[in-house]
Amino acid sequence: MQPTKDQVRAEAGRLRSVFLEAGARIVDPDILQPADTLLDLYGEDIRARAYVTGDPLKGEQMLRPDFTVPVVEMHMASGEGAVRYTYAGEVFRRQEVAEPGRANEYFQVGLEIFDAADPEEAEAEVFARFASVLAPLSLRAAMGDIGLLTSAVSGLTASAPRKAALMRHIWRPRRFRALLERYSGRSRVPASRAELLRRLKAESAEALLAANGPQIGLRSPKEIEARLRTLQDDAAELPISAAEVALIDDLLDIRETPGNALARLRDIAVDMPALDPALDRLERRFDVMQSHGVDLDAVEFEANYGRTTMEYYDGFVFGFYAGRQPHLPPVASGGRYDALTRVLGQGREMPAVGGMIRPGLVLELGRGGAA
Amino acid sequence: MSLKLGVPSKGRLMEKTFDWFGARGLDIRRTGSEREYAGAVGGIDGVDLVLLSAGEIPRELNAGRIHLGVTGTDLVRERIPAWQDRVEELSGMGFGQADLVIAVPKCWVDVDTLEDLDAVASAFRQRHGHRLRIATKYHRMVREFLREAGVADYQLVDSQGATEGTVKNLTAEAVADITSTGDTLRANHLKVLSDGLIHRSQATLFRSKSAAWNDRTRAALDILSERLEENV
Repeated sequence: MQPTKDQVRAEAGRLRSVFLEAGARIVDPDILQPADTLLDLYGEDIRARAYVTGDPLKGEQMLRPDFTVPVVEMHMASGEGAVRYTYAGEVFRRQEVAEPGRANEYFQVGLEIFDAADPEEAEAEVFARFASVLAPLSLRAAMGDIGLLTSAVSGLTASAPRKAALMRHIWRPRRFRALLERYSGRSRVPASRAELLRRLKAESAEALLAANGPQIGLRSPKEIEARLRTLQDDAAELPISAAEVALIDDLLDIRETPGNALARLRDIAVDMPALDPALDRLERRFDVMQSHGVDLDAVEFEANYGRTTMEYYDGFVFGFYAGRQPHLPPVASGGRYDALTRVLGQGREMPAVGGMIRPGLVLELGRGGAA
Repeated sequence: MSLKLGVPSKGRLMEKTFDWFGARGLDIRRTGSEREYAGAVGGIDGVDLVLLSAGEIPRELNAGRIHLGVTGTDLVRERIPAWQDRVEELSGMGFGQADLVIAVPKCWVDVDTLEDLDAVASAFRQRHGHRLRIATKYHRMVREFLREAGVADYQLVDSQGATEGTVKNLTAEAVADITSTGDTLRANHLKVLSDGLIHRSQATLFRSKSAAWNDRTRAALDILSERLEENV
């Protein structure tokens, strides 16, 4: 039987009080959020997932699709230092295609920790607290670390523009893969690009532009010429080696217990030392998690975890799942989102880690016995 | 209950629809005065004609208020979420062809593919402080197409008409619009991306999956289907 809304609200309150006892401050962000902020963060795709409504004076608004964005905005605007927040309330998710097991409107309870002092400690604490409140449900836990991939990209033998392009698509795996194939010479340069580069050897950019006039639109001839130079520089660059691409492939393939994953990652780092700092952090996180009583062997480490669903999460990421009911969304998920504080911080940034639980699912699974 | 067939109420689309059914032994015509939206279907029993604006036919099919309807595949994809679950394509009709494409200024000599567009969108946003604007009225299709292609840092701006003029008027950097010959795009100094074809549309006879079907409407559909097959 589905729990009633009152029961879910009560469960949300109970979970929030657990986080309150952990020293968190209660926040209650507005349901109506300015659409511009969310569109600038997530692009047009968010329109497929969030309800858009209009206000004659404030312009386009969205029914909050999550709490993290307004909490980050509020914290960054406050100028405060280390603070932890908790919240409980409804979020709204539009669905263009009916997704079984996913409600359009459901409760979330969250814990968000803004603290620069000891990132691994904060990560381990969030995970341990979530694991503890969810323990009765015997859920499957998974985690990853997006910082491994960003470290690997920064360690590639490639130009800054190539690395920046790969970094920009960390959370869009298909485009990331296409770029990697292009930069490593595994996919061909499109015929039109080859032709353009050939012509640029024979004539100047100005002449090329003059032959394709008139100039219209906001993008200026200077911007076009700058990109032509970028394309020429790129064409002159050596391909990323097959060995380096293989290391990235090996890294993304990892799906192991944390201990085994760390050992394999250390192997990869022998040929890619740029990974070492991220691996030291990973190792320390595992240690602190164990000291918090987390049974690491019961958690699966997936190097690819969170890449399609957790944009702006740029370090530790995790989720808890009802293993026997794979159609259900995660019962809880979260991670480190320093990148989000950087984008919303208007020049400031602050290490932050947090997560949310679906109290409705907690009740549902609790009643049905083992998840 | 008769089978309700929704057809465009005006213009060339209406005339071609009437001709198409006529070639298949169905005599469709408007009745009453020129201004009255009434029509009749001859040559078959149990079919009622419903004259509608072409843009409303997807909605009526989706709601199940008409059993069959003639409209463009572009409108069905744009206006009916998960359209395959809601309607079935019975027959392409061979007219009303138009391509939904992404076009950029011809002077963008550095841009020919979606990969280029994505790279330019990133640089544009850094330089101008806002996402690269694409003018369109086909929001859903364009959004889904660009998501599949992994293009980021763009925004869709709504344009219900004269879309090709938006770049020159500085209200958009690129457009996603319907074109049949490309003449209007060229006249406005735009070019189509080589992998920028989003959808190839034509007038199509659709069946609603949610309309109430009974023996009578099913029998009418069977006869109609036979006629269509005979004339392939």
